[in-house]
Amino acid sequence: MSSNVWRSMLSPVIRAVKRSSSSFSRGIQTVTLIPGDGIGPEISCAVMKIFEAAKAPIAWEERNVTAIKGPGGKWMIPPDAKESMDRNKIGLKGPLKTPIAAGHPSMNLLLRKTFDLYANVRPCVSIEGYKTPYTDVNLVTIRENTEGEYSGIEHVIVDGVVQSIKLITEDASRRIAEYAFEYARNNQRNSVTAVHKANIMRMSDGLFLRKCREVAENFKDIKFTEMYLDTVCLNMVQDPTQFDVLVMPNLYGDILSDLCAGLIGGLGVTPSGNIGANGVAIFESVHGTAPDIAGLDMANPTALLLSAVMMLRHMGLHAHGQKIQTACFDTIRDKKVLTKDLGGNSKCSEFTAEICRRVQDLE
Amino acid sequence: MSIRSVRSLSRALKPGLDARHIRPPPARYGGRHTVTLIPGDGIGPELVSHVSELFRFCCVPVDFEVVAVDSTMDSEDDINNAIMAIRRNGVALKGNIETNHNLPPSFKSRNNLLRTTLDLYANVMHCRSVPGVRTRHKNIDIMIIRENTEGEYSSLEHENVPGVVECLKIITRTKSLRIADFAFRTAREKGRSRVTAVHKANIMKLADGLFLECCKEVASGYPEINFDSMIVDNTTMQLVSRPQQFDVMVMPNLYGNVVSNVCAGLVGGPGLVPGANFGEDYAVFETGTRNTGKSIANRNTANPTAMLLASCLLLDHLKLHAYASMIRRAILSTVTETGLHTADLGGRGSTSEVVQSIMNAIQSTGPLTLKT
Repeated sequence: MSSNVWRSMLSPVIRAVKRSSSSFSRGIQTVTLIPGDGIGPEISCAVMKIFEAAKAPIAWEERNVTAIKGPGGKWMIPPDAKESMDRNKIGLKGPLKTPIAAGHPSMNLLLRKTFDLYANVRPCVSIEGYKTPYTDVNLVTIRENTEGEYSGIEHVIVDGVVQSIKLITEDASRRIAEYAFEYARNNQRNSVTAVHKANIMRMSDGLFLRKCREVAENFKDIKFTEMYLDTVCLNMVQDPTQFDVLVMPNLYGDILSDLCAGLIGGLGVTPSGNIGANGVAIFESVHGTAPDIAGLDMANPTALLLSAVMMLRHMGLHAHGQKIQTACFDTIRDKKVLTKDLGGNSKCSEFTAEICRRVQDLE
Repeated sequence: MSIRSVRSLSRALKPGLDARHIRPPPARYGGRHTVTLIPGDGIGPELVSHVSELFRFCCVPVDFEVVAVDSTMDSEDDINNAIMAIRRNGVALKGNIETNHNLPPSFKSRNNLLRTTLDLYANVMHCRSVPGVRTRHKNIDIMIIRENTEGEYSSLEHENVPGVVECLKIITRTKSLRIADFAFRTAREKGRSRVTAVHKANIMKLADGLFLECCKEVASGYPEINFDSMIVDNTTMQLVSRPQQFDVMVMPNLYGNVVSNVCAGLVGGPGLVPGANFGEDYAVFETGTRNTGKSIANRNTANPTAMLLASCLLLDHLKLHAYASMIRRAILSTVTETGLHTADLGGRGSTSEVVQSIMNAIQSTGPLTLKT
């Protein structure tokens, strides 16, 4: 009798150990690193240096994702990149160049389709020391990343009349709503707000809203509200502190997440993560490749660094993540060594070295 | 083909018409205009009643024909009556009509129905920083021109497979050319130097691509005005960091919704900005951000500024410029006085106090008032 009791008490413990052991097997977790184009390689290098200084148990596997034409004529990412990602499950990506008329679709789109990255998460927290007109911003935008207005289905009906189809499905809406509530629960957030335009797009946004409401039933500890997109925009620029977690379909998410990034200082300091099915998660910096400053040691690695911190948190390495984040924020708050876009005139390498120094001091 | 289409469009809109190419309705019944008034829901009825009160006080030669629209009724008779009244009078002032989004899709948004039936293709919102209102950004002066009848608001949705809903966004060449032409004409008349088209053509290549192409075509006919374009997500980011860079913006329906609300928020909120909807033959004036304000209805706390400024736009449209300027001056002098700010501006004034102060300001400046 007692052995059964012991077994039932031990089994959840064993399960938890098994879960964490996968990330701590051999102690070091391998992460696929995609440096990207333009300033990508420089900032990836900066992040690797900082991680080394922080003694984070991460091994990097660099891969290139320039599209190649696979058998059958379909564009795809190189097979070694795909295999590496599937094996490691976690990736860090720098900015990728989207060619305007190269024949192949944008690389970000390709990655999204390959790994079914259905949720784009962007936590927007005001950075102390980088002054913007908005202080005390602390919200997270969770955007459905696979369907909605960006389904890419367009037709010319007759010459001069174009229709673009916005697709909303039950499964995708449920999936993103579930992710949003789970994220809120795991990160101690109090409320989730669904953003929609169901007064105009009754069926599509109505379906999205219904799914969110259904999922909210299972998460009674989190407050659920719904708000029109225009009301959210109006209130966001007047008082962003009233928002916590926002969940929405693709287009609204695109606009709102960039709006929130603008509130805290722009894409140069905003982290972002893409969560996929099968446990894949790719964290990325969302700014452009900045070809005009590529190779000049002027880039700001903050966005990629904060995304890497998000990655550490996702993997459960909270201590390392906190250390690196504190070092980064302290450096920015101090204002002594800042890159040009943050208002200083130091080089990227100097900024990186300063953060490394602080990280080592925090040991 | 492009230059020809622009020229034929401008020939269709005959020269000699006024700034907005809308023929104002002729004054009837001894110089007094009749204007349709739709109170709407929420704060609408109280705000439009203040407008009538103010007009009566200032002896404005306008009579209001009130048409109530009940948003809960299933039949579309109410809104059709309102539309008929607007066709009769040519001009209207309206409050926002509530849309319960939990009702089935057969129940269309009344506001949208009004706009599409009357073909009010251009929504114009002029967001300007108001001295005396505390905002994070200063010196904003943005004119937003938004396509009002098509785009994502076409209300064409269907569910072919259970669980998969498709919503159609329609962009047509004629309407895009029309709104772009409206934007450039307005920019020219108001002496503005730059028009920015807001789009997402990198993703919606055909739809927004067509819109952008039409804007470029029309831009070629206005060489003195700089034309550029910006992707909508970058636009919102730029708006919250540096809104002073924008002058006139033109865009399809949904982006217009987002951008106009962001700009309204930047200059002080929904209580300050009026909006105007123009068609070939009709014009309807309302608050810029079209809020129903259900939560603050009938509490005497709503900010009447937006609706009163909308009524000034109405007077300008009817060519009653003297009255319009007089009322506008009084409104702006009241709003700069922070002691009378309503709750949305961070003050504790009530709606009636604000309206009273406006009336006092008018009385002290002009002879055209009712002796009380």
